[in-house]
Amino acid sequence: MTALETVQNAIRMEHITKRFGNVVANHDITLELHKGEILSLLGENGSGKTTLMNMLSGIYYSDEGQIYVNDKPVTISSPKDAFDLGIGMIHQHFKLVDVFTATENIVLGLEEPGRLDLKKASQKITEICQRYGFEVDLNQKIYEMSVSQKQAVEIVKVLYRGADILILDEPTAVLTPQETDKLFTVMRNMKADGKSLIIITHKLHEVLEVSDRVAVLRKGEYIGDVATRDASQQSLTDMMVGHAVSLNINRPDPVNVHPRLEVKGLTVYDELGVKRLSDVTFTANSGEILGIAGIAGSGQRELLEAISGLYPISAGNILFHPESEDEKAPADQKVRELVGLDPMAIRKCGVSMAFVPEDRLGMGLVGSMGMTGNMMLRSWRKGKGAFLNRKEPETLANRIWKELDVVTPSVSFPVRRMSGGNVQKVLVGREIAQEPAVLMTAYAVRGLDINTSYTIYNLLTEEKMKGVAVVYVGEDLDVLLELCDRILVLCGGQVSGIVDARTADKRQLGTLMTRVGGGSVHA
Amino acid sequence: MRNLVKQIHISKRTELPWYKAWAIRGVAILLALVACALVTMLLTGENPISIYITIFEGAFGTARRTWITAQDLAILLGISLAVTPAFKMRFWNIGAEGQVLIGGLATAACMICLADTLSNGMVILCMILASVLAGALWGFLPAFFKAKWNTNETLFTLMMNYIATQLAAYYIIVWEVPKGSGKIGIINQSTEVGWLPQIGNQYLLSIVVVVILTGFMYLYLSRSKHGYEIAVVGESQRTASYAGIKVDRVIIRTMVLSGAICGLMGLLLVGSINHTLTTTVVDNRGFTAVMVSWMAKFNPIVMVFTSLLLVVLSRGASEISSTFGLNHSFADILTGIIIFFIIGSEFFITYRINLRKSVEKEA
Repeated sequence: MTALETVQNAIRMEHITKRFGNVVANHDITLELHKGEILSLLGENGSGKTTLMNMLSGIYYSDEGQIYVNDKPVTISSPKDAFDLGIGMIHQHFKLVDVFTATENIVLGLEEPGRLDLKKASQKITEICQRYGFEVDLNQKIYEMSVSQKQAVEIVKVLYRGADILILDEPTAVLTPQETDKLFTVMRNMKADGKSLIIITHKLHEVLEVSDRVAVLRKGEYIGDVATRDASQQSLTDMMVGHAVSLNINRPDPVNVHPRLEVKGLTVYDELGVKRLSDVTFTANSGEILGIAGIAGSGQRELLEAISGLYPISAGNILFHPESEDEKAPADQKVRELVGLDPMAIRKCGVSMAFVPEDRLGMGLVGSMGMTGNMMLRSWRKGKGAFLNRKEPETLANRIWKELDVVTPSVSFPVRRMSGGNVQKVLVGREIAQEPAVLMTAYAVRGLDINTSYTIYNLLTEEKMKGVAVVYVGEDLDVLLELCDRILVLCGGQVSGIVDARTADKRQLGTLMTRVGGGSVHA
Repeated sequence: MRNLVKQIHISKRTELPWYKAWAIRGVAILLALVACALVTMLLTGENPISIYITIFEGAFGTARRTWITAQDLAILLGISLAVTPAFKMRFWNIGAEGQVLIGGLATAACMICLADTLSNGMVILCMILASVLAGALWGFLPAFFKAKWNTNETLFTLMMNYIATQLAAYYIIVWEVPKGSGKIGIINQSTEVGWLPQIGNQYLLSIVVVVILTGFMYLYLSRSKHGYEIAVVGESQRTASYAGIKVDRVIIRTMVLSGAICGLMGLLLVGSINHTLTTTVVDNRGFTAVMVSWMAKFNPIVMVFTSLLLVVLSRGASEISSTFGLNHSFADILTGIIIFFIIGSEFFITYRINLRKSVEKEA
């Protein structure tokens, strides 16, 4: 594409503003998508990327501004309007019917006159798959598919409806590096066929690999766009965060390492009888961060909940080794078996375990309560009598408010109304304040901006240096490799490998993540 | 039409100062009175002002009326306080009607069957125990099934109401005086065995009990460990298990408490106020209590005012129907209008409505 060639716009969004209450999610954004290009929409979590795209797909309606499709002013007030204009969005969370086949899902909801002709439909779908290089078995049921196959079905669904403009919301978040490569090939094929694509992401190397142009959002504002060939990881990071930040995570060598938590042959089944963890064996050491990698839904949640006493265990042992000073004590008092204990029983037998769950407001915190009320989740039982002790939790809440710079008007302000980063600070702050022997975190930095993420990394490293056994379930492989000391890889509920984070690389992790049984576990 | 819809923009309010929220509620009540006035004039031709005056006089016109209003307020408030802990736990107990009635039935049973064998004090002690236990059992059953097998508590508690009504109907026939009348009549009218003692006058006992109950429930919900557990379970059962709260136990314990307080209200109705039992002794207050509790956002202190509003309306309504010769249903219409406005005002407290600037060049 030369500069002289007149560029045609597939989409032009002019002066778009969208507010949620007092929060301005998008402020006066003007964005263009050229015909036949792949545009990366880059920005930290919470910078307004998905909100902006949802206005194109008819989920939200802008407060101000005008959208043009093919240079014509349009009003998109429902997803159907978007489809009629040839705009299709592939959401982060798939919207498929599990018990239907791929074909059935693709034709679902289309109002075509006459009888439903599945044969004809499947011919057309096969054609689409071949043209762009999708590997989908059309007669397979969704629940039998891997995440990447489900995603392919979502994309084909959009193409089948005749979309020329495709929006992919963080499509690589759930994929392995190998699957990501495949997706990018498909995207390039679609581009060659004249489709225009927008990919929402915050992974810089992917931006550089797949897109033609990058548009950057920061805190709801449009920062600018740049041709990908003129951009580098550093220049894009600067645009994204506003100032240059070091991408290095401080990782001191572990000290005084000895086993703290020993998991042996752990096997669990969910309420439907599906095996979620199979013979999981590993040791978490004190003074060390053990990373847990794996595709979403490979058993991470079940593992952490089983250790905390929240998930029924059908076989295996979880052994807790107390501080080394106790080593003179007789062996049967020294090591504690945690299987079969509930969280309160674990606490009562003197094992201090902190857990930062994935679902912060649905499990770790009470959304309608303030910081004080949430501090009480860990201390409500303390003290004699029927009444609550509010003083201590309030002091703790005030301390966390100050020390972690939580942005909130008061310690009684409902945590649900805080931003994601502040919610996480409250949760992590409370868990660390217990002075735990084991600290488990699930996706501790998901949805947080870079600065808050680093605050969390530093807190975890501090805990490690205090001799805590830290377990860090993460999704960003770069972070896992830079933050952790060892990384355990889960695949389909099994341990597919434990590697040294200082020597391993992403390819190696990616291979392990998909090694056992093809890695297709439905979430 | 589509364009019109687009001009209206509804967004959630982030926070509203308490005085503005109450101003909105105040305006809603004023508008409700205006709407009631219009409806009254259009349908009956009566002067709305005089109807309002009649309502007020019906509730507070004489000392006796005021006492009865206060006593009605106490019973409704008591039942509302009983259902509140369950609601805070998001356990939709609509079985207060049955829980009160079964408490009343247990009271009547003690009064009738034990009067000849035990002393008055022992009968009263048995009445207290029996009514509280009966109510607690009626609360325990749905909670136990909910905790163990996740049955639907709304249906379960509703069904328990019918069981209570049928049991009461059966025993009323068994105990009927005189035979064939289908009524119990005043129990132990001559001996007054089992009649709860009067303090001051015949109304004050229920009022005092409920005043104490209000203070207890306020402290229980906002200051006690149990109250904290209830709040966490109501918000998220997963958070509750995460914090080491035994969810099943909290559900059962809270419903037993709920039912027990309902049973106590049954004791007051039969043992202190009516001295008899009918199947309609609760008079739908078990359901009205749901509204009282919700309108007060489960705050026991605010519930005093919401139940006062409903009691005054209903007492005034009976007065209207006799004074103006209007049907009792007309009073129900007025009550309905007022409640509609009050509940509707919550929408304006939660959401803000903006008119969108008209967008030019729209297709």
